[in-house]
Amino acid sequence: MYNFEFVKPSSVEEAIAALKEEDAQPLSGGQTLIPTMKQRLNQPSKLVSLLGIAELNGVSAEGSTVTIGGATPHAVVAADASAYPALAALASNIGDPAVRNRGTIGGSLANNDPAACYPAAALASGATIVTNSREIAADDYFQGMFTTALDEGEIITGVKFPVPEAANYQKFEQPASRFALTGVFVAKYADGVRVAVTGASNDGVFRWTEAEEALSGNFSADAISGLTVDASDMISDLHGTAEYRANLVKVLTGRAVAAC
Amino acid sequence: MPKDGIGASTKRREDIRFLTGKGRYTDDINLNGQLYVHFLRADVAHATLNAVDTASAQDMQGVVRIFTAKDFEAVGGLPCGWQVTDKHGNPMQEPKHPIMAEGKIRHVGEIIAAVVADSLEEARDAAEAIVVDYDELPAVIDMKAACADGAPKVHDDLTSNLCYDWGFVEENKAAVDEAFEKAAHVTTLELVNNRLVANPMEPRVAVGDYAPHDDSSTLYTTSQNPHVIRLLMGAFVLGIPEHKLRVVAPDVGGGFGTKIFHYAEEAFCTFAAKQIKRPVKWTSSRSEAFMSDAHGRDHVSKIQIALDADNNFTALRTDTYANMGAYLSTFAPSVPTWLHGVLMAGNYRTPLIYVNVKAVFTNTVPVDAYRGAGRPEATYQLERCIDKCARELGVDPAELRRQNFITPDQFPYATPVAVEYDTGNYHATLDKALELADVTGFDARAAESKKNGKLRGLGIANYIEACGIAPSNLVGQLGARAGLYESATVRVNATGGIVVMTGSHSHGQGHETTFPQVIADMIGIDASQVEIVHGDTANTPMGMGTYGSRSLAVGGSAMVRAAEKVINKAKKIAAHLMEASEGDIELKDGQFTVSGTDKSVAWGDVTLAAYVPHNYPLDQIEPGLEETAFYDPANFTYPSGTYICEVEVDEGTGKVEVLNFTAADDFGNVVNPMIVEGQVHGGVGQGIGQAMLENCAYDADGQLLSASYMDYAMPRASDLPMITVDHSCQTPCTHNPLGVKGCGEAGAIGSPPALVNAVLDALNRNGHAVDHIDMPLSPSRVWTAMNQ
Repeated sequence: MYNFEFVKPSSVEEAIAALKEEDAQPLSGGQTLIPTMKQRLNQPSKLVSLLGIAELNGVSAEGSTVTIGGATPHAVVAADASAYPALAALASNIGDPAVRNRGTIGGSLANNDPAACYPAAALASGATIVTNSREIAADDYFQGMFTTALDEGEIITGVKFPVPEAANYQKFEQPASRFALTGVFVAKYADGVRVAVTGASNDGVFRWTEAEEALSGNFSADAISGLTVDASDMISDLHGTAEYRANLVKVLTGRAVAAC
Repeated sequence: MPKDGIGASTKRREDIRFLTGKGRYTDDINLNGQLYVHFLRADVAHATLNAVDTASAQDMQGVVRIFTAKDFEAVGGLPCGWQVTDKHGNPMQEPKHPIMAEGKIRHVGEIIAAVVADSLEEARDAAEAIVVDYDELPAVIDMKAACADGAPKVHDDLTSNLCYDWGFVEENKAAVDEAFEKAAHVTTLELVNNRLVANPMEPRVAVGDYAPHDDSSTLYTTSQNPHVIRLLMGAFVLGIPEHKLRVVAPDVGGGFGTKIFHYAEEAFCTFAAKQIKRPVKWTSSRSEAFMSDAHGRDHVSKIQIALDADNNFTALRTDTYANMGAYLSTFAPSVPTWLHGVLMAGNYRTPLIYVNVKAVFTNTVPVDAYRGAGRPEATYQLERCIDKCARELGVDPAELRRQNFITPDQFPYATPVAVEYDTGNYHATLDKALELADVTGFDARAAESKKNGKLRGLGIANYIEACGIAPSNLVGQLGARAGLYESATVRVNATGGIVVMTGSHSHGQGHETTFPQVIADMIGIDASQVEIVHGDTANTPMGMGTYGSRSLAVGGSAMVRAAEKVINKAKKIAAHLMEASEGDIELKDGQFTVSGTDKSVAWGDVTLAAYVPHNYPLDQIEPGLEETAFYDPANFTYPSGTYICEVEVDEGTGKVEVLNFTAADDFGNVVNPMIVEGQVHGGVGQGIGQAMLENCAYDADGQLLSASYMDYAMPRASDLPMITVDHSCQTPCTHNPLGVKGCGEAGAIGSPPALVNAVLDALNRNGHAVDHIDMPLSPSRVWTAMNQ
């Protein structure tokens, strides 16, 4: 690890100011950033910790919306997001206890790892990503593998999840990393069903719109039995072929619907 | 009887320090004035190395000295401990294995330069300033491509990438081929035994130290065999005589074979400490371990079994490509030959066998012994092929095996592949496993699984292995450049306590618990009166170390022989003290008695007399009570057993769940049943890891794809079922004093074919006609096989 400065501001404004320095980087739970620094693949001049900002931490429910502070660890979401059980369940199965006690929702969404769990929840829920300067709809936020709508120096302060009538996340774990080899989040709202898929595509998290249409008319696993998933843009690696991931998308979607 | 004697499930005394953080591992050793080394390693697999410019790095903060290959011109290469002779009678091709890359880079992870600095971070900073001038060459990764005409050569000074082409038994080849021509049925199977990374919990560490006052060197290292390292490094690499070199392997956090070998980093730290005259320490990162620890397995095989019309095996032949990696690691050539070919008979009477092995150099990390070493590769081929054969013939796989078993009355049994099994009862372990696994209830369980949408399957595998390696005169004929005896010194102190200095090395096996149990049993004192010392060449006799399930069978036997000498001498002293004839003295429960009288003296009275010899037969025996024995076994030992695995397959995802695992082993006599059970658990865990999860993979350019735990899947507790272990079927070894056989590797040998057979059974029972799936049986591979 190279040397760097470290600051831990207590307000969003101080954090934004600190991030204006060239090569400064925000640090939330550090589950991706710290390992890359240890491997000398990343050389920030300054790390700006977001963990000292009280307003970024915590879960609140109001009406039909659950809001999660950007620096809230997975373990806190698992424990406190009871108003959105499928989201709490997703958080409870990310990584291991050490990861869940350090890793945060804002860190996960800002990194947008193509195999992370939270992007599927945010996209399937039609969540709103709240930053220090604006609100971004999930449909506009995710822009491909490791790419988001965030600007340089912009930080996620919170995420607003509309609570669905029913939802379920099916995660099929990559056996080594236990990231999602493929994960499917199905959320049923009064105005329709949303299906988001993580881990499968070369373009990162995506909505399976054909399934959404079919399920919006008939919310049962049978509704998607005639659909096929195009394997041409799927990830193929040591752990699974593109065709296998395409199969998982369909199988897991059906299981998520059945589990709702 | 002592409460902790042979047969007692004594809890492991060493676990107290391991579990409370009081272990003393190599990385816990920090010496005065210690420096740290960081190795600059190759990030390409194959290249011409033109120049290594260290000028600007040398001036950086904290840098003491930078070493490159030039510094090792007067130093030998890392030696190979086994020379295999090929089928034409020629010695194998044996390239130089330099400490650092000389002129060419041959695998990702090979050392190019070493920076020694005040701190590790300073060493790493400076390593980034080293400029390496190289020209990349096409990498040779696939073994068959490496053997093709015109393939790029890993070693330009060799005639090809073929290390050796070994035929065994070459004289049988024609008869084997003839038997195949006459066969009523032939089953053929091509399979891969996947490359593995051992991944002991403790990565490798080396600390070199030099004492100017007596010109002696000390190496602290994570080794399974410190004396072997002292001999190899001292005599063949650095030219340090053994009396000026001490090698210490303190607590070692798992070895699994990969800590047998002599590595460049050990020689480097010893060499650099002497050059700089300050201690030099290296602690492997996990990333370095993936690309510098010797890998395991990596065979590509074709096996064929011939049967007559009554389903008797009439002949067997195999063709194997065995990956050596870029250089020959210490015992690499022996693994696919003398630890693999000679086991090809398995538990069966097959009269004619021919094994061909082509060992191949590739631009990958060297491959050497890993838990089981050759025997898992043999067992996997045989037990997979027999299963396929049973399916082709439509017969019960258990009964096809039973029909061809060597029968109990045939022991000792000489196989057509040069070994003689001393004892065994394969029918007994098969029957025991079938009973414990409730095979008769399988159909009902399978029906229940089907209701839940799962495919259930059951797989059987038998294994035989050769361990407790071995008679030195035999292994010498086979090409070993070392003896394979073991040693022990039993030192009795004046007050009766005992220290056993063993050449065996414990790195998880529990010697500190089991060896005292044996001594306690022999003398009749409490095991707590016995302490085991191991792992330091300065205070243990020359020993060959621990691997190949040899500690109790060979090291324990040496200890027994030394203890017998001690007891014989103690009886002489006791006879003198009681004014009786030596022949009338009996030792029981720590008391010497004169048979037929009520005279007795306690063990402690005799030991005190030995060291305070006021009333002592000084004219007949020397004072003191300490004896050393070296034990060279007459044969290997041959543990065997039957493993049964039951799985469910998720048809939608291809995911395999292991539901039940049953291991019925014949380990001969058992000293500590709890430790034996733990050894089987660990071995089965590693075997299931190989069969389902672990996959060391390279891309075509020689980059390691599975270079961290993000991609290399180790088995976790949740991947394993509860394991039913039985070792009640015992046919004691006939040629060692304890009648023990060795249990360390069995689990890893027998479990992969049992699991793969179970998955294929699940598929074939449920309408998926699949002949074979290569390990690891990942969900993707299983699903793909079902949906071809």
